[in-house]
Amino acid sequence: MYITLIFLGVIMATIIGWLLKQSLNTKPWLADAADDAVSGASLDTNTGVVALSTFLAVATSVFALFISAYTIRMEEPDWRPVTEPMLLWVNTGMLVLASIVYHWTRNAAVKGIQSRLKPGLLLAGLFTFLFLVGQMVAWRQLDAAGLYAENNVANAFFYLLTAVHGLHMLGGMWVWGKSTVKVWTGADADSVRLSIELCTIYWHFLLLVWIVLFGMLLST
Amino acid sequence: MAYVSIADRDHTIEHHDPQTFITKYVYSQDHKVIAIQYGVLAILIGLVGMLLSSTFRLQLGFPDTFDFINPENYYQFVTVHGMIMVIYLLTALFLGGFGNYLIPLQLGSRDMVFPFMNMLSVWVYFLSVIILVASFFVPGGATGAGWTLYPPQAISPGTPGVEWGIVLMLLSLAVFIVAFTMGGLNYVTTVLQARCKGMTLMRMPLSIWGIFMATILGLLAFPALLVSAIMMLLDKLIGTSFFMPAMMAAGEVTEYGGGSPVLFQHLFWFFGHPEVYIVALPAFGIVSDLLATHARKNIFGYRMMVWAIIAIGGLSFIVWAHHMYVSGMNPYFGFFFATTTLIIAVPTAIKVYNWVLTLWQGNIHLRVPMLFAIAFIFTFTHGGLTGLFLGNVTIDLPLSDTYFVVAHFHMVMGVSPVLVVFGAIYHWYPKMTGRMYNETLGKWHFWLTFLGTYSLYLPMHYIGFLGVPRRYFAMGDTDFMPDSAITLNASMTISALIIAASQSIFIYNMIASLKNGKPSGPNPWKATSLEWQTPDTPPKHGNWGHHLPVVHRWAYDYSVPGQADDFTPQTVPAEDVPVGREHGVEH
Repeated sequence: MYITLIFLGVIMATIIGWLLKQSLNTKPWLADAADDAVSGASLDTNTGVVALSTFLAVATSVFALFISAYTIRMEEPDWRPVTEPMLLWVNTGMLVLASIVYHWTRNAAVKGIQSRLKPGLLLAGLFTFLFLVGQMVAWRQLDAAGLYAENNVANAFFYLLTAVHGLHMLGGMWVWGKSTVKVWTGADADSVRLSIELCTIYWHFLLLVWIVLFGMLLST
Repeated sequence: MAYVSIADRDHTIEHHDPQTFITKYVYSQDHKVIAIQYGVLAILIGLVGMLLSSTFRLQLGFPDTFDFINPENYYQFVTVHGMIMVIYLLTALFLGGFGNYLIPLQLGSRDMVFPFMNMLSVWVYFLSVIILVASFFVPGGATGAGWTLYPPQAISPGTPGVEWGIVLMLLSLAVFIVAFTMGGLNYVTTVLQARCKGMTLMRMPLSIWGIFMATILGLLAFPALLVSAIMMLLDKLIGTSFFMPAMMAAGEVTEYGGGSPVLFQHLFWFFGHPEVYIVALPAFGIVSDLLATHARKNIFGYRMMVWAIIAIGGLSFIVWAHHMYVSGMNPYFGFFFATTTLIIAVPTAIKVYNWVLTLWQGNIHLRVPMLFAIAFIFTFTHGGLTGLFLGNVTIDLPLSDTYFVVAHFHMVMGVSPVLVVFGAIYHWYPKMTGRMYNETLGKWHFWLTFLGTYSLYLPMHYIGFLGVPRRYFAMGDTDFMPDSAITLNASMTISALIIAASQSIFIYNMIASLKNGKPSGPNPWKATSLEWQTPDTPPKHGNWGHHLPVVHRWAYDYSVPGQADDFTPQTVPAEDVPVGREHGVEH
């Protein structure tokens, strides 16, 4: 559980530190006119960004717990490590490309360059789709090699971790689909900017998670 | 471009009132309707949980008397009772119910920041309840694995509900977590970003602090339950061995091998202990507001109360293994977790002192919400003190799996939060409905519930000390159980039935007062916080009419010396405060 504890230690320290900063040197029992002018928003950013950041903390908690479970369970004597298919390297490349293209599209949306939105979204979606298809092909390869989930828990973890990551990716694709439809039906850069910005953060996050998971799978 | 807060651009946002019955009351996106939907659903499923406990108490009090209780359904009732009360009643009611109702109203917002997702949250919660209840009607019935669902027992032959019950239980929990996450994202974002002007974090009522911190805990801790539920589902459905060791079951060798049941315990309690505070922190916050309002005094040590909530939230993640002292852990781990458990008692004790000091020389009005709030201080202190016993490894070992543990956690996270729930419902009922409840019936409800729970759980500590083990369907003939313990079991059952019956007074009062209650007016308690300052009671869609409120002070200006009234609402600026008589001790 050390990995989860480290993650939670960092996140709770951040939250607690921030909250304490808000509360130190305040005397709320005194009606201070300076406080009356406070806007009511603690962070200088959109509600969507706050909600997404909170969700990413939840998702990180999920992955940290899976990783903790993985590291605890692999200590048992029945663990037989999986030899990961080489295809995973290609899939990783696809996800890196998807992330880069999403960032490129996001920059276009921020600068209001309408012409880059359609190709950007299309390419980001295509690379992500190829990543997901690649993951399924990797599953088939493992299955064909007789590495079933019920045979050994290392196999089961491989299927489980890639599935959970893939499901998160699919959730992102749903939002990608919504903004793509909007762009295709004539929405301007300003109206899809937030959605594209949030998706970009999400894609970067899932790329980072995948690199951690892939690194762990390769090294164990 | 700098971000413009919601409060600052309120005049530019279009607000559309729902027009049809369906959008107003069924698929409503109004936080108040969603709060009531959450609350009613949670109370209904809570009544099912209470019915289950009354039934298995019949077996414990009067063994071999009732034919309709057999070992299988006894274990099913115990299991589902526990799960309902902890998750589907208390978590849902405090965060989905009170969180939804209070956050926008006490912070001066028009609604949650994502109303559609908020609506989805309550309907997904409804789905999780349906799945849970459905587990009683599938082949084999609901799971009887105990509320902790420990493997390998939970999915091994011989355990009730091993066919489908356990699958539906795990599925229901996963669905509940989805519902909670949708709600939780809303609560956190609304508290951080959608407060009205002047509402600094340190001017927020403690109810909001408790709900806010509990939501953060829930968002970070529920994933542990989700992860363990997914892995156990895979063990059950496709035969993986995440948790299941090589073993024989019902005389046959199973196909499992190598799994780690202790891994499940770690994951479960990594969720399970923060869960105690997910329930307790909102209760702490709400009871603080009830005490201050009905004692006409500012809360003692507001900043300390906030810091205690934050500290408890942080510490709650490093005490989980005190639930696992008997699982065979390294003794140094036991020492570590015993130490952290005792440390978390410090901020908790600070809160108790501050509640008592809030009452000190207050102008105490013993109305029904106040009775429940004071009763909470008793039961929580009681449950907290027995927690100190169980937090120590050497004392926990002999008491583990006895009724002492059952009595402890029922006092600390069963009775105590439920008392706050009742106090809170009575307190905010006038705002929710515009009517007063019947005070006499409320007091009957209080005394029967409060004295009833003590007559149920005090003896339970005693039989726990005697060594009577929990979970047993029937004790049979045992040397260590004197006749007095058997008689006590019967009396505890009678108490449980009286408590259960007395809840009908509450339900009758709540329903009858909707029609017969006296009109409450906007602020019957002369309270300071924002929800009592709405232009309409009950508040209409959008809460605040044309203009959002502006806050000029904290929520605890009660009996301020030199002011004419014994309360000054948060919306009153300094120059408008009427000056007059001294307040203080009433003679």
